[in-house]
Amino acid sequence: MNGALLVIILAAAVALGLGLMARRGHDMGLEQWTVAGRGFGWLFVFLLLAGEIYTTFTFLGASGFSYGLGAPVYYILAYGTLAYIISYFLLPPVWSYAKKHHLVSQPDFFVYKYNSRSLGALVSIVDLVALIPYLVLQLTGLGIIVDAAGYGAISKDVAIWAGALIVIVYVMVSGIRGSAWTAVVKDILILLVVLWLGLYLPTHLYGGVGAMFEKIDAAKPGFLIFPAKGMSVWWFASTVLLTALGFFMWPQSIAAAYTAKNAGVFRRNAIFLPLYQLILLFVFFVGFAAVLAVPGLKGGDTNLALFKLATQQFSPLTVGIIGAAGVFTALVPGSVITMTAATVLSKNLIVAMKPDISDDQTALIAKWSVPVIMLIAVYFTLSGNQTIVSLLLMGYSFVTQLFPVLVASLMKRNPVSTPAAMAGIVVGVLVAAYLTFTHASVGGLMPWLPQMIQDFNVGIIALIANVVVLVVVSAITRPAAESQEA
Amino acid sequence: MVFARWLAALPFIGFLIGPIVHNQSHPFILGMPFPLGWVTCWVVITAIIMWIVYSIDPRNKSEDE
Repeated sequence: MNGALLVIILAAAVALGLGLMARRGHDMGLEQWTVAGRGFGWLFVFLLLAGEIYTTFTFLGASGFSYGLGAPVYYILAYGTLAYIISYFLLPPVWSYAKKHHLVSQPDFFVYKYNSRSLGALVSIVDLVALIPYLVLQLTGLGIIVDAAGYGAISKDVAIWAGALIVIVYVMVSGIRGSAWTAVVKDILILLVVLWLGLYLPTHLYGGVGAMFEKIDAAKPGFLIFPAKGMSVWWFASTVLLTALGFFMWPQSIAAAYTAKNAGVFRRNAIFLPLYQLILLFVFFVGFAAVLAVPGLKGGDTNLALFKLATQQFSPLTVGIIGAAGVFTALVPGSVITMTAATVLSKNLIVAMKPDISDDQTALIAKWSVPVIMLIAVYFTLSGNQTIVSLLLMGYSFVTQLFPVLVASLMKRNPVSTPAAMAGIVVGVLVAAYLTFTHASVGGLMPWLPQMIQDFNVGIIALIANVVVLVVVSAITRPAAESQEA
Repeated sequence: MVFARWLAALPFIGFLIGPIVHNQSHPFILGMPFPLGWVTCWVVITAIIMWIVYSIDPRNKSEDE
């Protein structure tokens, strides 16, 4: 057994142990399990809301994206920051409403605001279709990380099963508390690893960050700026705005917001969350450092850029520590996603059909939905189904379709009627699905438009269709019942 | 609060305008190619803006809501 493997197994054990310990002193009823009894202070809320930025997608994906495509990766740094500005205004009213009505899931919010279980069920289906591919991505990432950092000693399949079991156990036992506790270790680890890699590699290989970018700019002119067509500056601008809107529509982000003990937490965090994002910069540096150091990775292999470079430069023990950080970036977001999906499935789909079920019974169904969700995800991960990749691309545009309906419900007089909300979401989701499956682009659909508009993110079309339907159907139906005022 | 909202809207333009107006690698900002350096600076500016917004927002005087 090599040193790297030992560190990775230790990390997995620590995750499991912490996850289980997190339960101590708490009775895991539905509100405790899902939203920690709305008792989290700024630190846990901060870590849960920031957790979205450091998933395996960031660790492998952002470095691979920098390596493979260059400049377009900059958008990641911009959209999260804008999303945090939105959170300052969006999350306090959402939180207050959730507290007042004891909401535990994001579909709950729609159920109460629009006084419609059917809308809740529709939102739940959209959520699950978006969440399961996201979970698959975490498991796939976990397999890649353990395989690469363990020098192939543990097969991907074994790593995926082990990760899935750890998450099932601690989520069932400790709920969101397990995720919050493990998030502390995850963030400390990732902070240290990423800062160090992002500074050491450019300095060691090129003599500094500036020198590194100068060399890349000379070797690959145009790689560090946006291309003239395709992923152009207009793609950048439209993608940043669109993804900033979708950011807090993810059901796990809304559920994380419910855990706060007061609304001031969000406003204070909106100052520090943007700065925390700067860690991503160092992930970019690693990806760019790999461009000239380990050239030739293509397609999906670009996601290995970070580990290829690490195994080339460092001892197994160090690679193991990087791998351990990677394992945490898979397990922690994986646990939050699993718990959210289980809550949505049980509370807003299964229990919604039999309204006389008690909270304790709902909690029981929710806990046993955890292995169900996880096994579905493991199945898709191991079968390597390609449709899942398309689904993942769609996930973000799917949840973004909830934005207009949610924002309208926060207005003093909601202008959107319940049938309009359902119609808008259905149309938006169908358009988004069609566009993703056909790999459409604005330019491909409307080649007569100016180049600038041709490069717009195609998701904008789905959102426009959604809003048009919202307005038209609201005009011909009655507005949502006024009884559910904020 | 109206002022605070306008202030908070600023980064939505700030982030995007730099790369649109000047999509060139030079001049470097903080050792980074221009568009990346620009975006990085705006992350910091946004944090400062949100700090100002937070300080002038009367809701933050009382902790409970």
